Amino acid sequence: MALLQISEPGQAPEPHQQKRAVGIDLGTTNSLVATVRSGSAETLADIENRHLLPSVVRYAESAVQVGYDARAMASEDPENTIISVKRMMGRGLDDLDSLGSSYQFADNDNKGMPFIQTRRGDISPVEVSAEILRVLSSRAEETLGGSLDGAVITVPAYFDDAQRQATKDAAKIAGLNVYRLLNEPTAAAVAYGLDQGGEGVIAVYDLGGGTFDISILRLEKGVFEVMATGGDTALGGDDFDRAVARWILEQAGVDETSMTARQMRESIGEACRVKEALSGQSEVGVRFGDWAGALSRQQFDDLIAPLVEQTLRAFKRALRDAGLKAKDIEEVVMVGGSTRVPMVREKVEEYTGRPPLTSIDPDRVVAVGAALQANVLAGNKSADDMLLLDVIPLSLGLETMGGLMEKVIHRNTTIPVSRAQEFTTYKDGQTAMAVHVFQGERELSRDNRSLAQFELRGIPPMPAGGAKICVTFQVDADGLLNVSAEELSTGVQSSIQVKPSYGLSDGDISRMLKDSFEFAGDDRDARALREQQVEADRVIDALDVALAKDGKLLLSASEFEVLQADLVALREQREIGDAKSITREIERIGKSSEEFAARRMNEGIRKALSGQKLDDLEEF
Amino acid sequence: MFDLTKNYFELFGLPVSCQVDLKALSGQYRVLQRAVHPDRFASDDERQQLLAVQYASHVNDAFHTLKQPLNRAIYLLKLAGRDVDMERNTVMDTAFLMEQMELRESVDEVRSDAHPEKALELLVARVDGDIDDYLLHFEQCWQSAGKEDLDQAEAVVKKMQFMVKLAAELEALESDLLD
Repeated sequence: MALLQISEPGQAPEPHQQKRAVGIDLGTTNSLVATVRSGSAETLADIENRHLLPSVVRYAESAVQVGYDARAMASEDPENTIISVKRMMGRGLDDLDSLGSSYQFADNDNKGMPFIQTRRGDISPVEVSAEILRVLSSRAEETLGGSLDGAVITVPAYFDDAQRQATKDAAKIAGLNVYRLLNEPTAAAVAYGLDQGGEGVIAVYDLGGGTFDISILRLEKGVFEVMATGGDTALGGDDFDRAVARWILEQAGVDETSMTARQMRESIGEACRVKEALSGQSEVGVRFGDWAGALSRQQFDDLIAPLVEQTLRAFKRALRDAGLKAKDIEEVVMVGGSTRVPMVREKVEEYTGRPPLTSIDPDRVVAVGAALQANVLAGNKSADDMLLLDVIPLSLGLETMGGLMEKVIHRNTTIPVSRAQEFTTYKDGQTAMAVHVFQGERELSRDNRSLAQFELRGIPPMPAGGAKICVTFQVDADGLLNVSAEELSTGVQSSIQVKPSYGLSDGDISRMLKDSFEFAGDDRDARALREQQVEADRVIDALDVALAKDGKLLLSASEFEVLQADLVALREQREIGDAKSITREIERIGKSSEEFAARRMNEGIRKALSGQKLDDLEEF
Repeated sequence: MFDLTKNYFELFGLPVSCQVDLKALSGQYRVLQRAVHPDRFASDDERQQLLAVQYASHVNDAFHTLKQPLNRAIYLLKLAGRDVDMERNTVMDTAFLMEQMELRESVDEVRSDAHPEKALELLVARVDGDIDDYLLHFEQCWQSAGKEDLDQAEAVVKKMQFMVKLAAELEALESDLLD
C-alpha cells in the first residue's frame, strides 16, 4: 500500500517541467532519434517524413552532407563519402587494414589513430559520427521546440572501452549531454517492456543491412545481464540483395565478369525492391534491361537459405557460450530491417520454438527503447519502476611480468564497479612502474586490446618486492574506465581517465569543439562563455530541484539559506560574469553543496530500506 | 546513515554470520541500487553523479562479497582483523598438497579418458563436495571464535581457495569438451 503524499499549503512542488530527452540509435547503416511524447515513444522524422537517417557523411566542396544526399553520392565521390563509420570507432589503423577499409588515411603522430583524408581536411571517425549526431539532434530540437536536455545513445553490447569512449566523444563534439550509453539489445528488450517484472532468458536477433548481432540476455529481478554475444560483422540484408541480383543477372543472361558498374547498381537496386515486395506477396515481377520474369517467395527463400543458416549457427554458438539450450529462451526480440523477411522469422521461430516479438518496427525498436530509458533518466517518469543494471562485456586487466594479463575486473561484473589490486616492484631500487591496461579474455596481454599506458614515477628506491603499488580500476555506469595508481608507503599517485590508445586526446576534442559550425572563426571566448553558462544552468537546475525536494528535510534553516544565497550568486554570475568567474562560482557551489549531496544519497537509502521493511511486514 | 566504512552485513541489514539469507540479500541489493544507482542521478550535477558511482560500486562490491561463500569467509576473517593474503598462500600441510597434486593429475587425465564427460562429472562432484565440507568446517571454527579456532578458519579458507580455483578450471574444461 502506498501512502498518499500531501504537501503543505503553498509548498507544493512546482508543476513538473518535462525535460527534452531523446534516445539515439547510432547505427552502422542507418541512425534514428526517438522521444517520448504523451506517454509513448516514437521516432522522429525529417521534413520529408523519413525516419531513418542513412549513416553516411559526405565532405562536399561547399558543405558537409549527411544522410540520403550523401548516400546518393557514395559511388560518385567515394573518397569523400564516409559510410559505415561505426566500424572505425575506437579502432587503430591496423584494425582498419583488416576491415579492408578503402579510404585514404593520413599519416599522423597520434599513435595510429586514423584520420580519413577528405577534400575538407583530415577527419577522424569520431567527427564523422558527430556530424550524424548533430543532424539527429537538430531534428529533435526542431520537433520538441528547444534545446535538448540529454540523450541516451545505444552501442553494441560487445563494444569495448575504446569504442564506447569514441561514441561519447562524438556526442560531446555534437554538443549532446549524454545521460547514458545503453547496450542495443538491452534497449530493444526495454522497448518491449521486458524489463517490467519479467524474468528469464531473452535473445535479441539483430539482422541489419551489413551486420548480424545475436545477444543472449538474462533478466533477473531488474538486472539485465549480457550473457553472451556473437554474430558476423559482414553478414546482413545487403547479402540477400546480392544473392537475388546474382540470380537476376543469371536469368537475364548477363555475364557477371563483364558487366558495367551501372548494370551492377541496377541489378542490386532491382533485387532490393523485389526482396522488400516479397515480404508481402508470394510472387513479384522482375525486370532487368530487356529481360522480364518473376521471382516466387519459395525461390527467394532458397536463394537466401544459406545466409539464414549462417545466422542460426552464430545463434547456437552464442547460446552455448552462455551455457544454455534453445529451450531455455523465454523471449526472442527481432531487430533490424532484414528481420522483416518472412523466412528469417520462420527459421528463428523454428529454432527457438517460440514466435519472435515483431510488433515494433524492427528498424526503430532500439531507438524506441533508448527513448524510454532517456525519459526515465531525465526524471520525466518515476524511476522506481525501472532500473537497468548492466555488466561489463570484456575483462579489464594489467600486463604483468612475462606479458601475462592479470584480470582486475572480470567480464560480466555488474557496473559501476571499483576494484583495487596490489602490485610490487621486481627489481631492487626500481623507481618507476609502467602500467599497461588491457581489455579482453586471453591469457597473453598482447592478444587482448591495449587500452592505455601510463607510468607511475617517484617510487622510493626499495628492495625488489618492497614497494606496494595499489592500482584502482573504476568503471562507471557507461562502462568507461578510470585507472589510478598509488604507491602505498609514500602516497605517490598517478591517475588517468583512460584515453584509449586509438582515442582522441582532450586537446583534439576541444579543437573539434572549436571547429564546429556554431563557433566558426576565432570566437573562442564566446564559446567558452556559452559552455560555462550551459553548465551553470545545469547546476542551477539540478540544485533547484534538489532543494525543493529535500532542502527543508535535510538542511537546517541556516544551511538552507547558505545554499540559497550561493544559488543567487551563481545566477548573477551567469548573467554578468565571464567564463572564468562562472567556473569559479560553479566550483564554489559544488563545494558548499557537497554535504547536502551526501545527505540526499543517505536519505534515499534510508527511505528505500524503511520502505522495504514495511513491505516485509505486510507479508505477514 | 550510509557509511562507506560500515560493514557489508550492516549495509544490507543482515546479521554478521557465515550463513546468509540469499533471498533477503538480493532483495536488499535491489533496494539499495534503486536508491544509489547513477541512473537515479543522470540529470543531477557532476558531484552528485560521482557520489552515486562511488556508492553504487560499493553496493555492488558488498553484494558480490556476501553472495559468494569463499569471498564471504575471507571477508569475515577480515572483520576479525585477519587479512588473508592469497598471494602468499603457500604454507600448506603435506597431506593437502599431496591431495591437490592427485586432483590435478586427474584433471589432466580427463581428456584421455574413455568417457571424458563421465570422468569430469565425477571430479566436479568431488570438488564441490570438498568445498561444502570446508565451508562447514570454517563455520564451526568461526563460531567458536577463539584465537586457535581463527587460525584454523584461516587455514581452511586458504584450502578452499585452491578448490574454488580448481572448480573454475573444471568449468572451463567442460566448455572445451563440448566444442
